[in-house]
Amino acid sequence: MTVRSEIVEQFTQVALEQDIRLAPLNDNLELLESGLDSLCFAVVVARLEASLGVDPFSSAEDTRFPVTFGDFVRFYENASE
Amino acid sequence: MRMPQNSYTSSLCDTLTAKGDLSDSFVADAGARVAMLDLITGSAIYGRGDELRGLSVLIKTSDQFTAALMLCELDGIARRMVLYPPDMPIKYLPSVIDLAEVDAIVSDEAAFGREYPRVRHFVPCGREIVLQEYDRGLQYQTEWILLTSGTSGPPKLVVHTFSSLTGAIEYGRNPDGRTVWSTFYDIRRYGGLQIFLRAVLTGSSLVLSSPWESTAEFLARAGEHKVTHISGTPSHWRRALMSPTANLIDPGHIRLSGEIADHAILSHLRSFYPHARIAHAFASTEAGVAFEVTDNVAGFPAALISNTPNIEMRIENSSLWIRSARSASRYLGDESSNTLRNAEGFVDTGDLLELRDGRYYFVGRRDGVINVGGLKVHPEEVEAVINRHPRVEMSLVRKKKNPIVGALVVADVVLKTASQADHYDLRELQLDILRFCRDALSSYKVPAAVHIVPSLAISESGKLVRHYA
Repeated sequence: MTVRSEIVEQFTQVALEQDIRLAPLNDNLELLESGLDSLCFAVVVARLEASLGVDPFSSAEDTRFPVTFGDFVRFYENASE
Repeated sequence: MRMPQNSYTSSLCDTLTAKGDLSDSFVADAGARVAMLDLITGSAIYGRGDELRGLSVLIKTSDQFTAALMLCELDGIARRMVLYPPDMPIKYLPSVIDLAEVDAIVSDEAAFGREYPRVRHFVPCGREIVLQEYDRGLQYQTEWILLTSGTSGPPKLVVHTFSSLTGAIEYGRNPDGRTVWSTFYDIRRYGGLQIFLRAVLTGSSLVLSSPWESTAEFLARAGEHKVTHISGTPSHWRRALMSPTANLIDPGHIRLSGEIADHAILSHLRSFYPHARIAHAFASTEAGVAFEVTDNVAGFPAALISNTPNIEMRIENSSLWIRSARSASRYLGDESSNTLRNAEGFVDTGDLLELRDGRYYFVGRRDGVINVGGLKVHPEEVEAVINRHPRVEMSLVRKKKNPIVGALVVADVVLKTASQADHYDLRELQLDILRFCRDALSSYKVPAAVHIVPSLAISESGKLVRHYA
């Protein structure tokens, strides 16, 4: 399991549970255009904390919040290093 | 920090009239823009204000813009204005109509509320201002009724006046005429209403979001209007910072309230908007605006408790109590035993505080209410739904801290003895309980996780042991 594959899995799973049509996940996809709302992101972030053991949203200080899906994956990859 | 105490015995319309030069000020959403000046002279109810004089009027509109027009037109004319918020289920309408003794409904939805016999007047409203002369002078000190979510049933109706709502606003401060307010809140709730009133009382412009607009589109438009002051919850701001258009606004003043502002969001905002003055404020619909903190640190200095002008605060059993002229007077229907204020006039905010190194930090709610992105969840309501599931014996709903929406709801569930799940159907059962919740509850109340547990702690009095902080 890679960080990326785990993230893809959680995006897909949460969209499925919430009955949301998820946009195709590529690195240029803007997160707010993915179909997931804030609540969905909250659930994704909570589950990634459980599976990857990191929560870059709580710890990041001077970094920028991710805007695209690619940013999101790098955000977690950097935190997992 | 300066928080003046003002007392307006005026109406919105009178206040705007007294402002004089309003030539550059406007209210805009994604579909329309109206000059502040036109709010005084025109009508968005086709001049039918006379018909509503002295009545209890419920305002139900499909967007904030129309609500703004209605507030300006009806304050001082109606005896009472009841603001129906956008996400309040319509099933609560009958109890709101009864409690607020609603005589008239003003709505942009054609047949809205027609089935209620006690409502005798239906006045359509629209997004267009028509020049219409009728007496707009102040005739009533209108009661402003705001709705907050009740424990599990109908909302509570909180009674404010123009004076209590505007007590924290510095009158006339728009020195260079360039102040443009905006908010992620909805002006039909307390937090957004404060921004609406600030714009009107200072003769500034106001940029509102539209229901059909995405966060990215709203931010881009706010940028075009050169918004100078903008407010929202920490959750609103986290969402904004994940938007590709967050860099299109360059506000001088950023305000957070409605949720606990943690260190992470404050430092993210500081690094993204280095020129902005960032304040996090404490306010509630019942207690009113209490104080703001501008040192960019979570929590607030302990000295604020005794040193905040015009606000008396005290801490009892770890909970923050507030007395001020900005507090609401009562709940409607609660006149015999005022549960909003105690005998001395203090409002129990129910927010629990913890003192660490000379600073107070908000740590949760005494009533266990979970704040999910600014929306209140009563654990008991969610538990009642889960407990209706045929295989569930009992459940405990609690909060889990979350960096995106502040907190999420999670549930610990004990199964009936006869229906213990084996390893294989555990996952299916969890999903089924979630489906059960989704059918009955708004999405922010649905648990993010369901944990099947062998037992739950019960106190000696036979109640579930809850840990609120």
